Amino acid sequence: MKHVKKECVAMLLAGGQGSRLYALTKDMAKPAVPYGGKYRIIDFPLSNCVNSGIDTVGVLTQYQPLVLNEYIGNGHPWGLDRVHGGVHVLPPYESSSGKSWYEGTANAIYQNISFVDRYNPEYVAVLSGDHIYKMDYSAMLDFHKKHNADATIAVLEVPWEEAPRFGIMSADENDVIYEFAEKPKEPKSNLASMGVYIFSWQNLKKHLIANENDEGASKDFGKNIIPAMLKEGNKLVAYHFDGYWKDVGTIDSLWEANMDLLDPNVPLDLHDNSWRIFSRNPVMPPHYAGTQSKIQNSMICEGCDIEGLIDFSVLFSGVTIEPGAIVRDSIIMPNTVIKKGAVVEYAIIGEDCVIGENAHIGERPEAIEDKDTWGVAVIGHQVTVSDNAVIKPKAMISENV
Amino acid sequence: MANMSNVLGLIFANMHDITVPDLTKIRALASVPFGARYRMVDFPLSNMVNSDINDIGIVTKDNYQSLIDHLGAGDEWDLSRKTGGLHLLPPYGNSTGLYRGRLEAMSQIKPFITDISADYVLLSDADVVANIDYRPIVDFHEQTKADITVVYGRGVFTAGQSMTKTILAVNENNEVYDVLVRPEISGEHNVSLNMFVVGKEFLLDIIREALSRNLYSFEVDVLQHRLHEMKVMGYKFDGPFFQIDSIDTYFKSNMKLVDGQLRREIFNSDAPIYTKVKDEAPAKYGIDSDVTNSIVADGCVIEGTVENCVLFRGVEVGKGAHVKNCILMQNTVVGEKAEMNYVITDKNVVISENRSLSGTEAYPVYVNKGAKV
Repeated sequence: MKHVKKECVAMLLAGGQGSRLYALTKDMAKPAVPYGGKYRIIDFPLSNCVNSGIDTVGVLTQYQPLVLNEYIGNGHPWGLDRVHGGVHVLPPYESSSGKSWYEGTANAIYQNISFVDRYNPEYVAVLSGDHIYKMDYSAMLDFHKKHNADATIAVLEVPWEEAPRFGIMSADENDVIYEFAEKPKEPKSNLASMGVYIFSWQNLKKHLIANENDEGASKDFGKNIIPAMLKEGNKLVAYHFDGYWKDVGTIDSLWEANMDLLDPNVPLDLHDNSWRIFSRNPVMPPHYAGTQSKIQNSMICEGCDIEGLIDFSVLFSGVTIEPGAIVRDSIIMPNTVIKKGAVVEYAIIGEDCVIGENAHIGERPEAIEDKDTWGVAVIGHQVTVSDNAVIKPKAMISENV
Repeated sequence: MANMSNVLGLIFANMHDITVPDLTKIRALASVPFGARYRMVDFPLSNMVNSDINDIGIVTKDNYQSLIDHLGAGDEWDLSRKTGGLHLLPPYGNSTGLYRGRLEAMSQIKPFITDISADYVLLSDADVVANIDYRPIVDFHEQTKADITVVYGRGVFTAGQSMTKTILAVNENNEVYDVLVRPEISGEHNVSLNMFVVGKEFLLDIIREALSRNLYSFEVDVLQHRLHEMKVMGYKFDGPFFQIDSIDTYFKSNMKLVDGQLRREIFNSDAPIYTKVKDEAPAKYGIDSDVTNSIVADGCVIEGTVENCVLFRGVEVGKGAHVKNCILMQNTVVGEKAEMNYVITDKNVVISENRSLSGTEAYPVYVNKGAKV
């Protein structure tokens, strides 16, 4: 088949296990984790691509891909069911030279060089499927072209004490990067990589092949490709981003990122129609706020049926809250039922759970003496919590209790 | 079981426009918004899809722009197919499109009906909200060897108000023995749901004959006048339904959706009602919001008090506003401290701060699309 040339192709790294989300990623990859009432994390980079005019996206999957594959489908919800381009799920495959899993981020792209080459692009955007942010990649691409760069790395200023958790760039006054350090103990800069890269394709391809032939390499962008480019004297530039960006790699950050949606001071507005986040919409009727319901400071999705009290919480589609139940500071994923009199506080409840009558999940931090024992309680997907059960803060439940 | 791929579905988009003149000034009855996120056509269309009907034609007359915008290629109803699927049938050729009834409308699309390979045609208007499985109805039609099967339910007929309703007299063998069009009676009766199953060749004969005699009304010229030449059967639908035949029934039917049992029957999760997807964010409730006994769609932002309401997608209710017994259509904005009781706002209406607007249960106030109050 003749492929129409594309200026820029996006490669979305979606194979991450997200092991620090424990019960929530037992059966699904991190980019498939539900977020914000009706989304999955991957909706953000996918929608950013579409809104930025990128219509060809390869999604690299590896860990527990079933949910993600089914979710992406033919890409229709994002307008990525295209005659030329569109979204393509790219799992690891067996070839004449043997079979191999994706061994690192660079290796994952290396194994799909032929996919990218079909579109003969000038540029490739390498994106992470783990982050919540709205970003116009076309502005970043303009920046890349203006600087005639080999690679452009989106950076965010982070507090100095958090810098050791990130890939840190040192850049001069012209935004040219002269040093890169992956998770440095003593950072020399606070410009953190957001995991959003634009590369000029031919040069990246050369480096991917060289890296693959290097026996000792760990085949990772941060550890190998970026340092190799710097060493070779390629032009790498830092693209400053000052909007909302959040890595939802831990239970606490996933909880916070959801709560951020309820905070009018946080610059992430999902109701902004000029940069819509698309998702596979559930086919459900509107939600019902019942005669006994009391809902404040919350986001409620379609299909919910609410008779209880909801405060500072995010409810996904099809959630039922029975009379007398109380949900505070919590996230309830799709189709879960909270029975009569149950109390859910500072908790994340997975999809298709049943929380029994008068059960008590989590606790408010004020109610706990020893703050070290406090944390967000997590109930994994498809878990039934029996009537009157008490689930302590910080608990991580993945079997029926 | 009947082979449903053998059935052509036809939906008449404009049949009852005159019953809700305010709402159909700018659109066909089929695209009148209903139930916080739907349009009337979603109900017959989803029912046909859930009954495995593959070919569905939408017969339009005028004011069909919003309907075409709503339906698109039919993706959301899973009707964007390689073979069959959704067929939009706007007025064609040198016809004016201004047909007077279903017979005339069908005579304009006779080539379409002829070309589709089907043994039966299911005719439906877009005035009924219900979750109906058409499979047993086609079975019934086949087994009773009927010429025409009329679907009916027990409903209230009000003389002078139910302008387009038809009443049927049905005997114990389910045979229709009398048809009353706009009678001067009131009370609970067997009301036609304006859904009919007819053999395709039989239907084409009826259409040809109607054309040659300048007849246009399916109820009067066929069901009434030729009742005793044909075998007309009645199929009773026992589930809940709303038939929109006035602004009063429109208002009350929307309001009845707060009943959970009713909602679960109409929006049966095993036979879902599909509609156009808008990718709105989930509804957001503010710090002093107080919402009770209401149906709320995605995209709403609520900071005030809402009681017994139906809020469509993207409605905003400002701080201190008090909205009671209202239907607010898509993107209605209610300003801070505004008060509303028994009001229907069409799309994109703005109610300014501190305004007070009030109707009564019998006569809700209707505010035109895009108006600023």
